[in-house]
Amino acid sequence: MTFAAATAESTNVGDPLLNIAIFGGFVAITLVVVLRASRNNKTAADYYAAGRSFTGPQNGTAIAGDYLSAASFLGICGAIAVNGYDGFLYSIGFLVAWLVALLFVAELMRNTGKFTMADVLSFRLKQRPVRLAAATTTLAVCFFYLLAQMAGAGGLVSLLLGIDDRIGQSVVVAVVGALMIIYVLIGGMKGTTWVQIIKAALLIAGAFIMTVWVLAIYGFNLSSLLGAAADKGGEAVLSPGLQYGLTGLSRLDFVSLALALVLGTAGLPHVLMRFYTVPTAREARRSVVWAIWLIGVFYLFTLVLGYGAGALIGKDTILAAPGGVNSAAPLLAFELGGPLLLGLISAVAFATILAVVAGLTITAATSFAHDVYASVVKKGKAGPGTEVRVARITVVVIGLLAIAGGIGVQGQNVAFLVALAFAVAASANLPTILYSLYWKRFSTRGALWSMYGGLGSAVLLIAFSPVVSGAETSMVQGVDFHWFPLTNPGIVSIPLGFLLGWLGTVTSRTLENPRIAAEMEVRSLTGYGAEEATKH
Amino acid sequence: MSNDAPGAATREPVTDFEQAQASEPFQRLKRRHRSFVFPLGIAFLVWYFAYVLLADYAHEFMSTPVIGNVNIGLILGLGQFVTTFAITTWYVSYSNRRLDPLADEIRGDLAAGAHSDGGVR
Repeated sequence: MTFAAATAESTNVGDPLLNIAIFGGFVAITLVVVLRASRNNKTAADYYAAGRSFTGPQNGTAIAGDYLSAASFLGICGAIAVNGYDGFLYSIGFLVAWLVALLFVAELMRNTGKFTMADVLSFRLKQRPVRLAAATTTLAVCFFYLLAQMAGAGGLVSLLLGIDDRIGQSVVVAVVGALMIIYVLIGGMKGTTWVQIIKAALLIAGAFIMTVWVLAIYGFNLSSLLGAAADKGGEAVLSPGLQYGLTGLSRLDFVSLALALVLGTAGLPHVLMRFYTVPTAREARRSVVWAIWLIGVFYLFTLVLGYGAGALIGKDTILAAPGGVNSAAPLLAFELGGPLLLGLISAVAFATILAVVAGLTITAATSFAHDVYASVVKKGKAGPGTEVRVARITVVVIGLLAIAGGIGVQGQNVAFLVALAFAVAASANLPTILYSLYWKRFSTRGALWSMYGGLGSAVLLIAFSPVVSGAETSMVQGVDFHWFPLTNPGIVSIPLGFLLGWLGTVTSRTLENPRIAAEMEVRSLTGYGAEEATKH
Repeated sequence: MSNDAPGAATREPVTDFEQAQASEPFQRLKRRHRSFVFPLGIAFLVWYFAYVLLADYAHEFMSTPVIGNVNIGLILGLGQFVTTFAITTWYVSYSNRRLDPLADEIRGDLAAGAHSDGGVR
């Protein structure tokens, strides 16, 4: 009964054929661009780092395209529409986090690395163990994030295309995965970057149009918009507390989440890898500046859109729609511009998933081929051609795994995976990045303890948290083996990652080579000897 | 036995990075970089967590209306956006004025063979 009602509703809102047609147009345009961009893919630097030929503004737009996932767009709009202020809190953490990347990480990483995060972390420490550890955390973060995106694709289908049955959703997940494999296989980093640039432009333009529209309805007066949202959803939507303020535990959980958000971004491997696609550290800085402005302005739009959806559509209608919270932005688009605007926003949402999974896949494949295969297995003696071939094979394997995973987790509550990816990035990656760039004494043991300790503790705590078992919304039902009370591990695992890095270093008896440490410091700050753009 | 007789082998010049690291211009660059990013980094993290704790634990205070329906919580939240944009702009202008010219100079010197043994020909 409820299933039939949901189906009727999802097919009533908008026109699935129109949505598919607009998305098909996006795919066609981006495929042409990817094919044109891939003509110069010859060397590893071309395939992994787009020949380091993008400008700062281009790369900054691509970073925004990489970073603003469906969770950012649909999730935050929905969270603000339903929970008011607490949804806004989420977006602030995502933005402020970029200052860590700008001030401490971006330029120094660009100056000392070649393709991956592991390049920088293993620069002055023992190559193979550190590279392996960094590749492990890279693959873990990419895997969690990828699974979350693919699961999101399945959910979007029921919402936007009116496909509710399991087989139909699985087919769409497989189509999204197959498209992603094609983009990354053919286009490499260059193709992936163009997909992200086009997607970011569409997403920000779409959000801008809707924002102006909503503001126009309320006479460009923020206070009247807020008043309308409060009339419909209650005064509480204007104040913090609806989502996180219920109990002492949920408040602590939010502190834990805030910690992971603000410290995680600068440790996300797919974000770090984007810094290698520009020719110099100065362009890397410009990239982050562009990304900060675009992402910041976008989150300001989501504030208006979220409250707009709360005021114009209302919490109850949103929660009753097929996609639940995620349906706020699409329903608002339909309310404002009818089926055409809904079609555009739906296509943008799909493009978002496609661009984000492409970025994650190329990052994971590069890390596997460059760090694990070429450096650890072949001990640096693999021919450059074989390395890229391994990367391409890895792309296909990861793509297939992502499709299988996306189909496998359908219907399960895996929303915690994005938060877990940020927590792992903040606990396992950021401490080692900061220590190796700024602490002379930092040692191999410190790096290994911090990376494995941060990764292990974050995953372990999540496994024994209420998101996996013991609560109504848990992934596993019927058994209860949870003992960690919070749903975000960051408040424990992040300090632990920093502590282990320090402890491992001060207990090391062997000193690292001071000559290479000096070389790394001089190169990181001056850019001397940094990888240059390839010329075709 | 290695053959290291003079003139028997040729090799590229080797830069002594420890010497370069100890040089006055590099130490000046490092000081300028760290004395800017460390205090600013700590400041924005303190401000962010102060905001998070207020939003998490001081609901009454954050709900105080200021102008119409706009309350303190929203103003502080938008303040986070403003400070993020401001810090970004400030850092870029600092880098352009104080860091980049010095880094370019040191890089130029290194490329011209400063702190290098000249190689063996």
